[in-house]
Amino acid sequence: MSSEAHHHEDHSLAGKAEKHTGVNAARCYQCGKCSAGCPMANDMDYPPSVILRMLQTHDPVMEEKVLRSMSIWLCLSCEMCIGRCPQEVDIPPLMDWLRQESIKRKMTNPKAKKIIAFHKSFLNTLKQNGRLYEVGLIVDYKMRTMALTQDIDTAPGMLTRGKLPLIPEKIKNLKQMKQIFEKSFKNKEEQS
Amino acid sequence: MKIGLYPGCSMEGGSKEYRESVYAVAKAFNIELVNVPDWNCCGATAAHNLNKVLSLALPARILALAEQAGLEEIVVPCAACYSRLVMTQHELSLHHELKEEVVDALGMKYEGSSKILNVIQFIEKYILPELEKKVSHPFAKKVACYYGCLLVRPHKVLQFDRYDDPMTMDNVMNKLGADAIDWAFKVECCGAGFSVSNTQAVATLSGKIMDDATHRGAEAVIVACPMCHSNLDMRRPQIDKYLGRKTKIPVIYITQAIGMAIGIDKKELGLQRHFVPVDLILDRKQIVAEENVELTK
Repeated sequence: MSSEAHHHEDHSLAGKAEKHTGVNAARCYQCGKCSAGCPMANDMDYPPSVILRMLQTHDPVMEEKVLRSMSIWLCLSCEMCIGRCPQEVDIPPLMDWLRQESIKRKMTNPKAKKIIAFHKSFLNTLKQNGRLYEVGLIVDYKMRTMALTQDIDTAPGMLTRGKLPLIPEKIKNLKQMKQIFEKSFKNKEEQS
Repeated sequence: MKIGLYPGCSMEGGSKEYRESVYAVAKAFNIELVNVPDWNCCGATAAHNLNKVLSLALPARILALAEQAGLEEIVVPCAACYSRLVMTQHELSLHHELKEEVVDALGMKYEGSSKILNVIQFIEKYILPELEKKVSHPFAKKVACYYGCLLVRPHKVLQFDRYDDPMTMDNVMNKLGADAIDWAFKVECCGAGFSVSNTQAVATLSGKIMDDATHRGAEAVIVACPMCHSNLDMRRPQIDKYLGRKTKIPVIYITQAIGMAIGIDKKELGLQRHFVPVDLILDRKQIVAEENVELTK
């Protein structure tokens, strides 16, 4: 992105990302330190520095590949990349924005189904209780993923160690919690 | 002395022993911890992955409630909650429009004035000055202090310790009589929130951490984050499967280690709640007795 481009509305994915996150992908000079340090790079279809390069092209084909990638869902937000980037390209918030954009455009990678389901189940329990309710989270997650037998050997150990409360702890002001969710998610569909 | 506490959800469930040990140590040093009233979940990974406003509004509610209750300083023992709270305070101090949107979602006043302490900062400020004279059971073991990600990164915002080779926890352990070793995985990621949705990734990343700790002769891994703890402790069967051998090193919260060294009862520190048993013996008389048994064999 040239400096003149800033004066016009930039419709590229990189331009929109910068508008929402303040992160300028064009600053990346492809040293690859982020990809070298990224603990998930091995499992990614495109390591972080390649995602940045794809954004730099402003090519709609590349942009769609980014939004359909598994990489954006595998990012753990461990912040190693920003710790090492000589150009201070803040990748984690960029990844957050790309994930949300991918959901908006209905382009999520099919292999990310379990990861997305977990996040949604997590938020669902928060909306209902204001706090995490592990049992509710796991039931909601299993319903979404049909991973019914997963971790059935872990749950008893958690129970006997007093690590799995069976009754949810609810906050008092659930009305406010509901309001926070409603105002945050302008589009209801993205929430469920 | 009264200090605010944001316990966070894990400490009420999956990492109950962390809460128990934080309280036990605070009590031993005459510190009263006061919960942020009606606190909610910080939103964790799920919120910032799926919705930016929500990811700021949830921590902002906690901070606003702390302000209302007049808690100027709050301790946040979970590294992930700590990160979300500090990041929110930082974002909202920089972006006025975003702050207005968040305040509107909350429907309450938010200043962003609370001082947020992670557990190590809390220990350094309130425990460390009195610590050495209270040590009755020196933690004479080789330990690997594991900081993980969110206590030290992003450094520009958190401004805590050195992000690549932090030493604050090592210093605390050395004061307890331990030998904190130099190792390579201090700030590597354990797999974080993937415990359920991508367990294999957790087994691999946490496996590498346990592997290095084992090779360097660590007798315990010391942590300050419930997510790190559950991945290294509860996910040990998956870790061992990945490594192809059994690892027996226990994973201990820094507050549990302090408690053990100052002679707090094991149960009060919740040590029995771990999946990997904590068999470390710190009592000198007991060590001598065990050695005598060995010799007579």
